[in-house]
Amino acid sequence: MTTTQEVLPAETSTPVSSGPERRRRSVNALPYGLLVPATAALALALGYPLVRQVVLSFQDFGLAQQFGKPPEWVGLQNYRELVTDSYLWKVVLRSVLFCLANAALTACLGLAVALLMMRMSKVVRIAVQAGLLLAWAMPVVASMTVWTFLFDTQYGIVNWLLTHLGLDFDGHAWLLHPMSFFGVATVIVVWMSVPFVAFTMYAALTQVPEELVEAAEIDGATGGQRFRHVVLPTIRPVLYVVLLLQIIWDLRVFTQIFNLQKAGGVTEQTNLLGTFIYRQGVGGGHFGLASAAAMFMLALAVVMTAPYVRLMLKQEKEA
Amino acid sequence: MANRVSPAGRLGANLAGIAIFLVCAFPVYWMVNNSFLPRNKIRNPDPTWVPFGGTLANYRRVLTGGRIWDALSMSLMVTLATVLISLVFAFLAAVAVTRFRFRGRISFILALLVIQMIPVEGLFISQYKMLEGFGLLNTVVGLTIVYVANVLPFTIWTLRGFVAGVPYELEEAAMIDGCSRMQAFFRVTFPLLAPGLVATGVFGFLQAWNEFTLAVVVMTRESKQTLPVWLSVFTDSQKGVDWGAVLAASTIIAVPVIVFFLIVQGRMVSGLTSGAVKG
Repeated sequence: MTTTQEVLPAETSTPVSSGPERRRRSVNALPYGLLVPATAALALALGYPLVRQVVLSFQDFGLAQQFGKPPEWVGLQNYRELVTDSYLWKVVLRSVLFCLANAALTACLGLAVALLMMRMSKVVRIAVQAGLLLAWAMPVVASMTVWTFLFDTQYGIVNWLLTHLGLDFDGHAWLLHPMSFFGVATVIVVWMSVPFVAFTMYAALTQVPEELVEAAEIDGATGGQRFRHVVLPTIRPVLYVVLLLQIIWDLRVFTQIFNLQKAGGVTEQTNLLGTFIYRQGVGGGHFGLASAAAMFMLALAVVMTAPYVRLMLKQEKEA
Repeated sequence: MANRVSPAGRLGANLAGIAIFLVCAFPVYWMVNNSFLPRNKIRNPDPTWVPFGGTLANYRRVLTGGRIWDALSMSLMVTLATVLISLVFAFLAAVAVTRFRFRGRISFILALLVIQMIPVEGLFISQYKMLEGFGLLNTVVGLTIVYVANVLPFTIWTLRGFVAGVPYELEEAAMIDGCSRMQAFFRVTFPLLAPGLVATGVFGFLQAWNEFTLAVVVMTRESKQTLPVWLSVFTDSQKGVDWGAVLAASTIIAVPVIVFFLIVQGRMVSGLTSGAVKG
């Protein structure tokens, strides 16, 4: 656990209550008062919509209601419609697969970069860190325009490069086919996400006790064995947190998919949950149906978040 | 580990490192490079690698042509309002959870963590309906309301670390010297928190400034777009995309963000792993 604590200073720095605080424990209303503004803001902007969304998801709320007709209570019909709609299942499956593939790829590449960073000379390492920071700092929308340009059918450098390598990529339209669309999306998402993983894992790797690795080496462990039996167990808690966060984050890739769709993807074949909900609701006016789909997404997120929250709670209690 | 790498291993790692650097930095370089190139060079089948004899025409088209200034002022208003409000609210809450022990403290922290993980897409439909009901679609107030809720959990979480980092004993010492509890806090602890408040504020700024999803949902009218939405629509509306202008616009938006980010990035890694930042 020492590694986790080194990398998670915000966690460990929670104060151990000292004398005067303990005395104040039961009598004071002040801390509750201090929490009021934050709680009120969250209740207004998240709590209230959540309640409304639950209600909406049981109503027939379409375009007619948008123009003043009172919404009709339809019970579970929206959910029934969603569950029996094979298109939604396609979208869900697509979202989950995309999320898991991207998270796994990001974690592996991030770890690989971190391991390489341990081995390279200082100058190269500084260059790598500078590059990672640049990619990390880029605003999402700016990254989207550049990557769209890089993969552009006519003027994109990717096509130019592949053509010059002797492949037939002249005028290749990357976004036209769903598989290749998601390939491009994966490249972009992974490019944006690897820096965080690489930095975090590098920080964890620098905490692996040198003596342990040396001792294993003296005992005749090969490089692979040293990694698997000494290094990996030490960094496993951090790797676990990073992977969980990545899964949660990759479930919501609205900006990337939305912008790639505009740049030339076939919307119906490339929708993930976020863009699907958006197009049903804001785009199509089917608010009841969109709300039901959004409830589905919330449930999915909660399921995926649960282990992370449990882990954080454990650390909170230990601190 | 680092000092026991064989020469061959080091060479391999260095070569891989150069490749990693190129993959990371090239798109950013390519954006800046092409933003300085005239149209005929961008459309040339062979790429121009360095913008020798470049032009500022793309920047001129962006800055004088579209509605970038409207979008800029919209982004500035929403972002500044969001940062100010969430800093004040978060500061109060952070003091509460670090300087006091009370029933529900852990529950509050846990709730923050859960809220932090709620995907925007899971609620934006009903947030849209709510703001529509309030008549706040396409308004700075409306977008600020949802942004504050978006930024607040992470701001509280980060500030909590900073407040906890100032030893309570300092305040006690000040109280022994005759300060009231309030005086002790504001004369001793508060000044020490200034760097933390700045760093947290910059994080919040970056989050709100870059936010795209909610901005697309809430600001449906073209005249009310924030910068990211404007850029996305600008890219879209170009007939046979004017890449020079699009990349110039991207550069204009990206450079200040990158500079800000580099200033505060040191705290980013630890903040992220401890659940502080929304992806």
